[in-house]
Amino acid sequence: MGYVVRRLGFFVVTLWSCLTINFVLPRLMPGNPAIAMMARFRGRVNGQVLHALEIAFGVDTKQSEISQYFGYLGDTLTGHFGVSLTFFPDTVLQVVRSAILWTVVLVGVTTIIGFVLGTLIGMISGWRRGSKLDSILPPVFVVTSAFPYFFVALLLLLAFSITLGWTPLGFGYSNTDTIGWTWHYIGDVLDHAILPACTILITSIGGWILTMRNNMITTLAEDYVRMARAKGLSPARIMMDYAGRNAILPNLTGFAMSLGFVVSGAILVEYVFSYPGLGYMLLEAVQNEDFALMQTLFLLITVAVLVAVLVVDFVTLVLDPRTRSER
Amino acid sequence: MATMTLGTPPARRSELLARLRSGTVGNLARALAGNRKAMAGTVVLAFFAFCAVFPGVLASDNPNAEIYARAAAPSAAHLLGTTSYGQDVFAQLVWGTRQSLVIALVVGGLATVLSVAIGVTAAYLGGIADDVLSLFTDVFLVIPAFPLIVVIAAYSKNGGDTILIAVLVATGWSYGARQLRSQALSLRSRDFLVAAKLRGERRWRIIVFEILPTMTSLIVANFLGAALYAVLAAAGLQFIGLGNPSSMSWGTMLYWAENNEALQAGMPLWAIMPGIAIALLGGAFSLLNFAFDEIGNPALRPVRRARGRRNP
Repeated sequence: MGYVVRRLGFFVVTLWSCLTINFVLPRLMPGNPAIAMMARFRGRVNGQVLHALEIAFGVDTKQSEISQYFGYLGDTLTGHFGVSLTFFPDTVLQVVRSAILWTVVLVGVTTIIGFVLGTLIGMISGWRRGSKLDSILPPVFVVTSAFPYFFVALLLLLAFSITLGWTPLGFGYSNTDTIGWTWHYIGDVLDHAILPACTILITSIGGWILTMRNNMITTLAEDYVRMARAKGLSPARIMMDYAGRNAILPNLTGFAMSLGFVVSGAILVEYVFSYPGLGYMLLEAVQNEDFALMQTLFLLITVAVLVAVLVVDFVTLVLDPRTRSER
Repeated sequence: MATMTLGTPPARRSELLARLRSGTVGNLARALAGNRKAMAGTVVLAFFAFCAVFPGVLASDNPNAEIYARAAAPSAAHLLGTTSYGQDVFAQLVWGTRQSLVIALVVGGLATVLSVAIGVTAAYLGGIADDVLSLFTDVFLVIPAFPLIVVIAAYSKNGGDTILIAVLVATGWSYGARQLRSQALSLRSRDFLVAAKLRGERRWRIIVFEILPTMTSLIVANFLGAALYAVLAAAGLQFIGLGNPSSMSWGTMLYWAENNEALQAGMPLWAIMPGIAIALLGGAFSLLNFAFDEIGNPALRPVRRARGRRNP
C-alpha cells in the first residue's frame, strides 16, 4: 500500500508543480507578455472573454496574487481553460478535443511498439553477448539515438514523399476525405501516419535497446542466473524468466523517465509533418501568441506523461514482488 | 584496511608522476585511448572544435553575405550550393559550429554542476533533506522538458542566447542528479568516508575532496549527456523559430531552410547538412558517453577486451 500511496502522492505533487509553473511564468517575465497579446485582440473579441483572460494572466486585476492563484487552480481543475484566441470563438477545450486523439494514437502506439521491440532486442543482444548482433547493434543505436527527431523526419519526408512520392506530404488525412469509419478513411489515415510513426520509432528504439542490454549484462552475472543454469533449465526460460524479468525493472523506471523525451520529440515530428495533434497545436499556439491554449496544451502533455508513469508504476507492482512487501 | 598514505607527500618527482599516472585523470586518459568508441567521439569533437575556433581557415566566404547567385547547385565555388538568399551554405555550416558547440559545452557544464550539487548533497545529507531534494529532482525529471522550453521561449520572445542557456540548464540537470545521488548513496558507508568523518573533516570538504573524485567517470558521463541534450534541444528550438533567427547556428539554418521549403525547391543540402552536423556532434557526445559508461562499469566492456585486463 505504501508504494501506491507514494506514487499517487508524486502524481499530485508533479501536477501541482505544473499548474504553478503555468501560473508563475507569465508573471515572472519582464513586461508581462500577456499584455501585448491582449492589446492585439482588443476589439476583436468580446469584453467578457478578455476579462477572463486578464484574470488568468494577472493583467489589470485588482485581485491579489494569491486569490488569482487559487482562482486559476480552481478554474483549471474544473476544466475551465478559457477561450482560444487563434481558433476564436472555440474554447480551448474544443480545440484540444479535436487534437488529442491524433497524438494519443500516434505517440502511444509507437512508444509501446518501440519499448516492447527495443526491450526484446536489447534482451537478446545482452544474452548473446559478443555475438554478431551484439557487436553491430549497440554502436549503431548509440549514434541513431543522438539524431534530432526533426532531422530524421525531414530525411524521411525528402526520401518517401518528395522524391519517391509514396506517402503524402503531411497532415493527418486528405482534404478530399469524408471523416468516418470507412476503410478508405482509415487507410488514408494510416498512410499519413506511417512516416511520423517511423520517425519516432527510429529515434526512440535505440535508447530502450541500450539500457536493456546493459541491464541484462549486469543481471546475467547474478548468482540466481548461475543457479538456474546449474538446474539445467532451458536457455529460453533463463533468458525470459530469470534474467529478463529482473533486467526489465530498471528499464521500466527508465521508460517513465524517457517518456518526456519521446513526447518532446513527437512535438517536432508533428510540426514537420503538420500532423494535427497536440504538439502541432502547441507550436501553432506559440506562433499566434495564444497563451491560454499554449498553457493548457503544456499541462495536458504533462498529464499524459504522468498518467503513463502511473501505469508503469502499477505494472512494476505486478512484476516486482519487492514493491508489494511492506517497507 | 585503509592505507594511511593520504597525508604524506611523495618524496621524489618520479614518484609523484607515477602516482599521477595511476590517479583518476591518468586512468581516464588511458581508458579513453583504449576504447574505440571513445576515440571516434574524440576525433569528431576535435574536428568541430577546430571549426568553432578557426572557421575562417575552412570557409573564407562571409556566411551572412547575400551576394552570390540564388539557390545555386553545388559547385567548386560553393561546395554545398547557396541558399535562396544567395548565401554560401558551406560557410554558414562552418561558422555555425561555434554557437552550437558553445551552447553544448556551457549547458553541459552548468547542468553538471547543478546535478552534482543537488544529487550528492541529497545523498550525503540523507533524511528529510534527501526526501525533499529527491522529490524535486523527480518532478523535474518527469515534466516533459521540450514543451516547457517552448512555453518559456514563447513568453520571453527574442530573449537571446542567455535565456536559451538558462532554460536548457534548468531542464537538463535532473537526470544526472538522480544518477549521482544513487552513486553517492552507495559510497556513504565506505571506510574512507568514515575515516574522514573521524578525522573531523568538514562536510563540504568531505563532499568535494573525498566523494567527488571517486565519481569522476560518472560526472564526465553526465556532462556529455547534458551536452547532447543541449545540442538537440537548442537545435529543435531554433528549428521551430524560437531561437534568435539572426544568429549563426545549425538550428537557425534549418529554420530558414524549412521556411523557404528548401527540400521541395531543390536545395536539399541547405536542410540536410546542418542536420547531419547536429547528428554528428550529438553522436560524438553520445559515443563518448557510452564509452564512459563502459569505463565506469567494467562489466559492460566488450568481451574481448574485458578478459585479462585488471586495474592496478
